[in-house]
Amino acid sequence: MRDSPLAIEAQGLVKSFGDVRAVDGVDLAVAGGSVYGVLGPNGAGKTTTIRMLATLIRPDSGSARVLGHDVVEEADAVRRLVSLTGQLASVDEDLTGRENLVLLGRLLGYSRAQAKARAGDLLEAFGLADAAGRLVKTYSGGMRRRLDIAASIVVTPELMFLDEPTTGLDPRSRNQVWRIIRALVAQGTTVLLTTQYLDEADQLADRIAVIDHGQVIAEGTSAQLKASVGSAALHVRLHDPARRGEAEGLLAQALNAPVYPDSDPATICVRTSDTGRAVGAFAELSRAGIEVADFSLGQPSLDEVFLALTGRTAEERAEEEGEEVAA
Amino acid sequence: MSAEPLGSALAAGERPAPPSALSATLAFAWRGMLKIKHVPEQLLDVTITPVLFVLMFTYMFGGAIAGSTREYLQFLLPGILVMSVLFTTVYSGVSLNTDVTKGVVDRFRSLPIARPAPLVGAVLGDSVRYLVGATVILVLGVAMGYRPEAGAPGVVAAVALVLVFAFGLSWLFTTLGMLLRSPNAVMNAGFMSIFPLTFLSNVFVRPETLPGWLEAFVGVNPISHLVTAVRGLMGGTPDAGEIGIVLAAAAGLAAVFAPLTTWLYRRKT
Repeated sequence: MRDSPLAIEAQGLVKSFGDVRAVDGVDLAVAGGSVYGVLGPNGAGKTTTIRMLATLIRPDSGSARVLGHDVVEEADAVRRLVSLTGQLASVDEDLTGRENLVLLGRLLGYSRAQAKARAGDLLEAFGLADAAGRLVKTYSGGMRRRLDIAASIVVTPELMFLDEPTTGLDPRSRNQVWRIIRALVAQGTTVLLTTQYLDEADQLADRIAVIDHGQVIAEGTSAQLKASVGSAALHVRLHDPARRGEAEGLLAQALNAPVYPDSDPATICVRTSDTGRAVGAFAELSRAGIEVADFSLGQPSLDEVFLALTGRTAEERAEEEGEEVAA
Repeated sequence: MSAEPLGSALAAGERPAPPSALSATLAFAWRGMLKIKHVPEQLLDVTITPVLFVLMFTYMFGGAIAGSTREYLQFLLPGILVMSVLFTTVYSGVSLNTDVTKGVVDRFRSLPIARPAPLVGAVLGDSVRYLVGATVILVLGVAMGYRPEAGAPGVVAAVALVLVFAFGLSWLFTTLGMLLRSPNAVMNAGFMSIFPLTFLSNVFVRPETLPGWLEAFVGVNPISHLVTAVRGLMGGTPDAGEIGIVLAAAAGLAAVFAPLTTWLYRRKT
């Protein structure tokens, strides 16, 4: 059915709106059956990219094939195989949850009876059975998002686009959405999701493209991206900040690694991934009577990756965008 | 939300063949009707003005214009019927714009369905709205003493003609709905155009009483032709020429603005 093992292949995608080059030469290669994360701050060009791939807008230049079909020349073939959950909830607020799903079932080609049965199954599976008869405008953000995803899988798509699926959700709803995405992937669906949450890309995505100002600035697995920033780090927070100097000396000696001060005056950061030595170092601290309030050993966070790649944290970048918009 | 039904719901079923253009269109018409059921207050907005006009014009100006309120109502009601339905057509544009601004259109556009289906279906669903608008005015008119000389068959024919014209005209407002930024802007622009057009017609007065230049405008206004045709049908003196002009105008509006709306809908970014 496909002549390419790649679910998505995009080369040099460009899209401008007026003077703004929202997407400025994006290349993507997404393997079938995987979760691919497109990570970037607000205004980086994530949504525009996903809308081009989902055939909703035409690229100004460049080309993309989705499941082997060209997104411009064979848009209908692409539409038959993919589904999109947009950033704005793409469900009808003036209809009930059940009516939304029945409508989509009908539009996908089910008979009335089949569409009703399918809607019932999905409402049950997504924990919306009790709210099925209520108008969607009365739903919470999490319920709306679940209905939105349910609407996207009335017919299980081969490829699913999720544009910021958890933006604005509380942690519990976010976990529910994550579970749904994992279940989808377990069924063999390829997922392309955009997110501005580094944590989310880290949790879900097999590979990640970091995008900024309409360009891919880094690509790889989460581990590769982190490795590009440097080695792992041990963070130790002390009960008594006054003893930091003493603790720094002990840790540097015990771990034989450079020690960096953190912005938090009670925290010490050591570049190491040696767990064995770390245990010994804690023994040293305890012998010296220095109490540890908290510690963590791990890869640098994607936040640090973003900072290293762009010179700014994601939040700063978002604020900058906000000012541009305001100005 | 347990794992068990989630897994089976995801695994379910074969991909059905995409629906025919007709069944996709009917599904969208069904959606339009559900909205009327769930948001009936929209209907109220557009029917209340014509209802007020019937009452005000009949009882305040009826005597002065036509000698008696009863006689003026006989003249006025077919015109108000037209007005009531045409006001409602603005809503086709407003609801399309609401869809576009809310994001649900993204979902429809990413479905493998006939391109004009969402639009044709929505306008078809709106016909129910038009029918309700027409019924309200007819019931009110009959209660106030209006009697159609042609009886029920004439009324049915007249309403059918108004619906056909409304179907054509609604494409003008769906085009506006695609071009303007917010549902409110569509509402304002829609009424700014439909209000004077309905007034500068023969709905309220006989054109012979108007200054020459205005009479000339009223003469070419398609709404005047629609009102004349409806008066003929309800009054038992159907005028094939006027009906022909109305049908041609409806077809012309649809021929220009339906493809334009569809094109804008597909190009929307």
